Amino acid sequence: MENQFSQERKGSEVIVVTSGKGGVGKTTTSANVGTGLAKAGKKVCLIDTDIGLRNLDVVMGLENRIVYNLVDVVEGSCRVKQALIRDKRHPGLYLMPSAQTRDKSAVTPGQMVKVIETLKEQFDYIILDCPAGIEQGFQNAIAGADRALVVTTPEVSAIRDADRIIGLLEANGFKQMDLIINRLRMDMVKRGDMMSAQDVVDILAVPLIGIIPDDENVVISTNQGEPLVGGASPAGQAYANVVQRVEGREVPFLNFEKGISFWTRVSGIFHKI
Amino acid sequence: MRNFFRRKSSCQIAKDRLKILLISDRVNCSPEMMELIKTDIAKVISKYMKIDTENMEIQINTKGSKSERAKPTLYANIPIVDMLSSKDNI
Repeated sequence: MENQFSQERKGSEVIVVTSGKGGVGKTTTSANVGTGLAKAGKKVCLIDTDIGLRNLDVVMGLENRIVYNLVDVVEGSCRVKQALIRDKRHPGLYLMPSAQTRDKSAVTPGQMVKVIETLKEQFDYIILDCPAGIEQGFQNAIAGADRALVVTTPEVSAIRDADRIIGLLEANGFKQMDLIINRLRMDMVKRGDMMSAQDVVDILAVPLIGIIPDDENVVISTNQGEPLVGGASPAGQAYANVVQRVEGREVPFLNFEKGISFWTRVSGIFHKI
Repeated sequence: MRNFFRRKSSCQIAKDRLKILLISDRVNCSPEMMELIKTDIAKVISKYMKIDTENMEIQINTKGSKSERAKPTLYANIPIVDMLSSKDNI
């Protein structure tokens, strides 16, 4: 089993970013992990599988360059290469956008697998941004993936949905699932008004791969269309660590007790100027 | 005022609620099905001993270490009224 995984890693790895609940940060996570891997010199293809409600293109700042999309590829209206948008800021980073004017039934899991097989030949990492929900969009997104990043926030509703998603991934034969806890507020955890990362891990019982602090810089970076991974902001650092862990390196978790208050204050001052 | 100090933290409330919520979510078993299981168990056990079906309870629970995703377990609480003698059964 170990062997199989290490071999897989040498080839290409297909990772689905999923959560069940909407608005917990799947797209932001996809964008940052993908960009981070590209910054580390990997060839990365991001695929937006949310047909009808595409957003990854906007978060990546590539919305003006879309010509063809995933549905065009599946329907044979264009070749796979034609639908790939190259991110000029990072060599090796490509985005396959989703269709905005179609719905989830336009693609089947079998077709997704085919597209991914073609992409595997040229990419180290293929990252699939999964839509919210557990219907066909979810089935499409997980069909060709061999590991999953489950994103949740420390809230009852998001954790409940994450638990459901983990159950579905297990039922679909996923062996590697890692948890990202997004929007953690250390000040609230200290007060006893928010579940800590450990609480969430205890409940979901899935290995933790990242804790992303609640950071206003995420909103700013989305406004600008440039993922903040690798930057000085707390979330940027946290995502950089996630990227390293995705690559298989062991990185200690950030100390947010210091990090969050100090950095948000400092960056807050800078942004005011 | 004393109530205020004794109040559980909202984090603890969330954890307690989730624990109960996830047990029923993970099991995904309808009350009708539970009732069917209950009558079937009663039928089988009745072959061997006289039981109090009125007060019998069955429930699904998760038990196990924290680190591992706990597998749901079926618990049955069946009051025995009388053990039938083994002769009657053979």
